[in-house]
Amino acid sequence: MFPRIVYESFRRQARRKALAGIAITLGVAVATAMIAVATDIGDKINRELRSYGANLLVTPQEDTLDVEVGGVNLKPPSDGAFLNEADLPKIRGTFWHHNIVGFSPMLPVIVKLGSGRDTRDVTLLGTYFDKALSLGKENFTTGVQITHPWWKVSCGDGKEAPNCGWPADDSQNVLLGERLARKLKQKPGDTIEISGRQFLVSGVLSTGGAEDDQIVGSLALAQQILGRPGAVRRVYVSALTKPQDALAVRDPKTMTPEVYDRWYCSPYVQSIAFQLEEVIPHSHAEQIRQVAQNEGTVLSRIKGLMLLVTLAALFASALAVSAAMATAIYERRVEVGLMKALGAGNLAVSAIFFAEALLLALVGGVAGFSAGALLARQIGQSIFNSQISIEPVLFPIIMTIAVFVTFAGSATAIRRAVKFDPVFALRGEG
Amino acid sequence: MNAIPGTLHTPKQVADRRVQAAHTSMFVRMLLRAAVLRRGRAASALLAMSVAAAVATAMMNLYVDVQAKLRTEFRNYGANVVIVAKDGQSLPADAMTRVESVLGAKTLAVPFSYAVARTHDGKSVVVVGTDFTRARPLNHWWKVSHWPKTPDEALIGMRAASAVSPNRQPFELTFQGKAIQLAPAGMLQTGAGEDSRIYLDQTEFQNWTGITPSTIEVAANGTAAEVEASIRQLAQLLPTADIRPVRQIMEGEANVLNKTRATLYASATLVVLTSALCVLATLIGWVFDRRRDFAIMKALGASERLINGFFAAEAAALGVVGAILGFFIGIGVAAWIGRANFHAPVVPRLSVFPYVLAGSVIVAVISAVLPIAMLRRVQPAMILRGE
Repeated sequence: MFPRIVYESFRRQARRKALAGIAITLGVAVATAMIAVATDIGDKINRELRSYGANLLVTPQEDTLDVEVGGVNLKPPSDGAFLNEADLPKIRGTFWHHNIVGFSPMLPVIVKLGSGRDTRDVTLLGTYFDKALSLGKENFTTGVQITHPWWKVSCGDGKEAPNCGWPADDSQNVLLGERLARKLKQKPGDTIEISGRQFLVSGVLSTGGAEDDQIVGSLALAQQILGRPGAVRRVYVSALTKPQDALAVRDPKTMTPEVYDRWYCSPYVQSIAFQLEEVIPHSHAEQIRQVAQNEGTVLSRIKGLMLLVTLAALFASALAVSAAMATAIYERRVEVGLMKALGAGNLAVSAIFFAEALLLALVGGVAGFSAGALLARQIGQSIFNSQISIEPVLFPIIMTIAVFVTFAGSATAIRRAVKFDPVFALRGEG
Repeated sequence: MNAIPGTLHTPKQVADRRVQAAHTSMFVRMLLRAAVLRRGRAASALLAMSVAAAVATAMMNLYVDVQAKLRTEFRNYGANVVIVAKDGQSLPADAMTRVESVLGAKTLAVPFSYAVARTHDGKSVVVVGTDFTRARPLNHWWKVSHWPKTPDEALIGMRAASAVSPNRQPFELTFQGKAIQLAPAGMLQTGAGEDSRIYLDQTEFQNWTGITPSTIEVAANGTAAEVEASIRQLAQLLPTADIRPVRQIMEGEANVLNKTRATLYASATLVVLTSALCVLATLIGWVFDRRRDFAIMKALGASERLINGFFAAEAAALGVVGAILGFFIGIGVAAWIGRANFHAPVVPRLSVFPYVLAGSVIVAVISAVLPIAMLRRVQPAMILRGE
């Protein structure tokens, strides 16, 4: 009898059930999408924060002081220590290699630009543009296009010069800094003479920094000019990190083994710096505080904001589901009156309503979860150009919430319905 | 109604009084009685209405204000505009006052002057003159063990320290034959170029080297367009200088801000839609519940227009009251979120109110007229019989 009543109720009142079901579906969809977005926003914003550039700098341990004023380094190019280029792919072999977005080695050398009497000293910066490297079986590309996303290469007056754009890492072409190009009145496609050799300018580089007065070429080119194959002055590393907390700033030497493991296995900027020093011999890795210190605050602010907005969304959808359920049950007082007149107890009547609510919650929950997953994916795709992944563990949580909210929303209405005098209900007075 | 109830209560007097009373009062009375007699249902409808309006208000307020809030966070990244003297030229002596006249005294602008000095053993080191009281709030990320208090104290970069003063003893620097005695006040750690430099007070630096500031770093507030405008203004005022936006900072900020705004926009839209759904469900229930009132009015000869008007007016009134209540609650919620998350209250924006009001009334009227349209097909007798 009980299953038949529930079944008939769904069959006969399909439209009303559909309305309540739609409300549950929409409520669950919004809740799912918001929870998915809120749990993933930290990772997404962390990646966006990488557009501020590298947050770690690796330098040789025994380096001499940089003497740099206004972007011109007065330190003799061969002075001081160097890192070995051959060690760099090992950066991808550290514990947190998945968190390392990219790295760019830098080697500034001072060159004579021009020929004859008209020469001047200019810094030529050797780096990776988008270099293909491999470590073991893993192939990856890295370079300034990843770590310095604000560097822009323009081809000048719109006329497409041959090979215009970023030079290849194995080419001898160079980029001319914006202000230097203006001073020299050179444009892409021209050739310039550096230390007696001719080079093709493949683009004008705009960075808003010291590089605007420099020439930028491939790392191999700079090493060739300096006459030190494999030399690298410093490496910029861009890594996804976890906001700093009390554990992050502790000195690893004073930690107990368990604490040390926890510190080592957390992607703090400090522990990543520590691991970089481990893989690159004779190196010193340091966080670039301007970038590293601020991203934690920005990240926690945005995460906190999304958490509060998600709570508001959960609250609103819970309210919407309760309201829909209350309305659906309130309309059926006559039915309750009839059942009670035929001798049904309060418990039996409540059981029927709760069974119906459970069915609705399950169906609406599944539909809403799928719709919410699609919605979250859509939001991820349109805003961040990447997928927002839904954790499978979210499904039971969402279903529990859906059932709980549906029950809570129905409870008051069911109580009022069973308390209502059947005589009044049947007479249609309410 | 000029008669006082209670003094005239014979049936004829009552009838007379009612005849004389204004016609509209019946309409108003029906509205009021409906709300008073079914207090429970009316209250729950009003509750749904105000909660929805509150959530919508809070979301809109937050959406408008959050950009300003995040911008202040982004200013912690330091200068976004750099003023550099053009080649062979120097900044005018009153450059700082000119910069402040354009950007206002609240904007942080810090002068820097550079020189290469020699240590006692002949090594080169970059010495920078600056104004510490200004540099400190601009460069939040500088890790400084102790900020200099007296002019002869210097702030020494981590790497420079090992070269000039490994045991934190006073040291001597020479610039073009002129020597200066300095005491290390604190250590500076930034992880970038600053670590190899020594920072001095500008007056002390100028007395020693005679070099005036060549660079001014500015943290300009406002949107990208406002910063662009400030840059153009500065360029007019300082013809001998190159005004450059720090692209690293500007583009990073624009990127993160746009993504956050877009996410917040999507979320706020979802939340507002869900609240509207909540109102719709509650109000449809409340109108359906009163189908007997509807049937009686129809049986007594009320026109479709009057009934529609009556229910719509009732819903609109609910919408207005709900919107006003919800607006204030929502402002409170937004202020609380601001305080909890950004440690600064979100400024209440009255400009949001018309949207919340219009939205509430529209949703309320739709959810009242919708069930009426469905009931119109039913005979009043059927409803009155309880079917």
